[in-house]
Amino acid sequence: MTKTKWAVTAATLGALLLAGNAIAADKKVVAVSIPAADHGWTSGIVYHAQAAAKEINAAFPNVEVVVKTSPSAAAQVSALEDLSAGRKLDALVILPHTSEELTMPVKAVKEGGTFITVVDRGLNDPAIQDLYLAGDNIAVGKNTAKFLVDKLGGKGNLVVLRGIPTVIDDERIQGFKDGIAGSDLKILDIQYANWNSDDAFKLMQDYLAKYPQIDAVWANDDDMLLGVLEAIKQSSRTEIKYALGGNGMKEIIKKVIDGDAMTPVETPYPPSMIKTAIYMTVANLIGQAPIRGVVKLDAPLITKDNAAEYYFPDSPF
Amino acid sequence: MSVATTEPGRLERDRDFNFNWAAAGPFLALLVLLAIGFVINPDFLSATNLSNVITRSAFIAIIAVGATFVISSGGLDLSVGSMAAFITGITIMCMNMMVPNVGLWSIPAGMAIAVLAGIACGLVNGVIVTVGKIEPFIATLGTMGIFRALITYMSDGGTIPIDRTLREAYRPVYFGTVAGIPLPILISLAVAALGAFILYKTKYGRQCAAAGANEDVARYSGISIIRTRTIAYVIQGACVAIAAICYVPRLGAATPTTGVLWELQVITAVVIGGTALRGGKGRIWGTVAGAVILELIANLMVLSDFVSEYLVAAVQGVIIIIAMLIQRFSK
Repeated sequence: MTKTKWAVTAATLGALLLAGNAIAADKKVVAVSIPAADHGWTSGIVYHAQAAAKEINAAFPNVEVVVKTSPSAAAQVSALEDLSAGRKLDALVILPHTSEELTMPVKAVKEGGTFITVVDRGLNDPAIQDLYLAGDNIAVGKNTAKFLVDKLGGKGNLVVLRGIPTVIDDERIQGFKDGIAGSDLKILDIQYANWNSDDAFKLMQDYLAKYPQIDAVWANDDDMLLGVLEAIKQSSRTEIKYALGGNGMKEIIKKVIDGDAMTPVETPYPPSMIKTAIYMTVANLIGQAPIRGVVKLDAPLITKDNAAEYYFPDSPF
Repeated sequence: MSVATTEPGRLERDRDFNFNWAAAGPFLALLVLLAIGFVINPDFLSATNLSNVITRSAFIAIIAVGATFVISSGGLDLSVGSMAAFITGITIMCMNMMVPNVGLWSIPAGMAIAVLAGIACGLVNGVIVTVGKIEPFIATLGTMGIFRALITYMSDGGTIPIDRTLREAYRPVYFGTVAGIPLPILISLAVAALGAFILYKTKYGRQCAAAGANEDVARYSGISIIRTRTIAYVIQGACVAIAAICYVPRLGAATPTTGVLWELQVITAVVIGGTALRGGKGRIWGTVAGAVILELIANLMVLSDFVSEYLVAAVQGVIIIIAMLIQRFSK
């Protein structure tokens, strides 16, 4: 652990030195500004951004990708100023902490002639972005719902765990409700568990105490699914056929690969989307591949057949 | 209060008369809550539900026993939630590291490391507050951030899972029962009993209350405020470690979101239990009742059907305030 940390520190220092040389050698500079890792999903973002930077820097000697993580919106604004102060940025790939606070600072960077790629969370003014790339939260809910409708024969009792009151959460729940509309699947209960394993564990215990017959559980995030599975295991209840999550955590994808009976599928809202965005931006910069526009990654059902594509055993998420 | 201090005789009488009622307050609130719960949903009083709820209140109860010492001695500790996550992380990493060499012995060894880490963390808090003379609120706000950052760093923002070979062997510490009673409940009762003994029956316990009631008077009576408060923080650290030991087997992992906001639940449990936030008198058993009350309220929100999921937090707040009022006016 310590060794790898040192290696990372050394690599970062190395990258900084190289970045210094980059200006001298007239390299194309791509800055990547992302939130610091504070929970599973953002830790995946950091992992994939650093992986992309490493791969691209190795493959294209005339491109320098610099990754900067920030623990808060205010820190991200400062980071943007620092990144653009010393040199000309050819492109900026940004996953904003908040739309409101980052809109004007990103606009300022753009006015310096930088290509802007926005990932996941949009800015208040869409005119600023050259490329916008995000996942599909509605599809996360909808595809999961369709799977359940199909497998349960259109009939059964469901309980749902939702995250923190946000647009992401609302969209997933909306997609799920749309997905089961018209079937005889019934949502017995729906409560917030804050995208937190412990809260989900407690909530699932309570659901189990409250409802004698539950056919399937949907936790709209994999952290919560871990708590749900533990509560089901403890209860020794056998009528629950499916417990599904969402996001693409490696532990859950591994279950899908192993053919787990209770969690046979998964829907992605993968942090690897930052990697997709960085690669596309670089393709535009050096390969002259036009990429302006809006890209929405679908959330296809991950099954045993395609799980390998979404499995990153070395990622922390 | 100011009137009472000028009439020592009356203060004594008041205290004797108040003692039983004030101490019974949290238990009264607990009974009322159980009765309301049963009316709303009879499943509420089922053995499985109650055992689930009391078991999961164990972490907060154990940590809150320590907090009773800190608060009654005139301190405050905001770092307990982060500290719990940090110790959980250290414990799992040490256990995983030791597995190849010592096998299942790494579980008790890891537990010992957890306790040592807890004591060390508590000592750091205590020394900053007492020797460094920093306000407890600020000092522990600082260490709260430090512990949280350390667990995030150790886990790279993701999870630190326990080794698969240990998972099943360690599981009974949370999920196991002795004579039908879940182990975490027994552990928290043992911690509370020990805490009650120390606080009520030992010299240190009386020094603790004296330091919290009036620092100057305590100092003139020859009590070392530094020593007394530092020990209170060390006790708090040890309690957090015990809670962490019970917590690890539940989900088998530490994450940067482990123990988030536990400090507020702990402080609420202590205050609901009848301990004054400004220090002085501590009530260990009231604290335990307070922790159970908090968990019961959350449970009741899910089991009842008439609270919108959007309003749960508001209703919880109202119930906590009503519980405090019941206590206040039952004197």
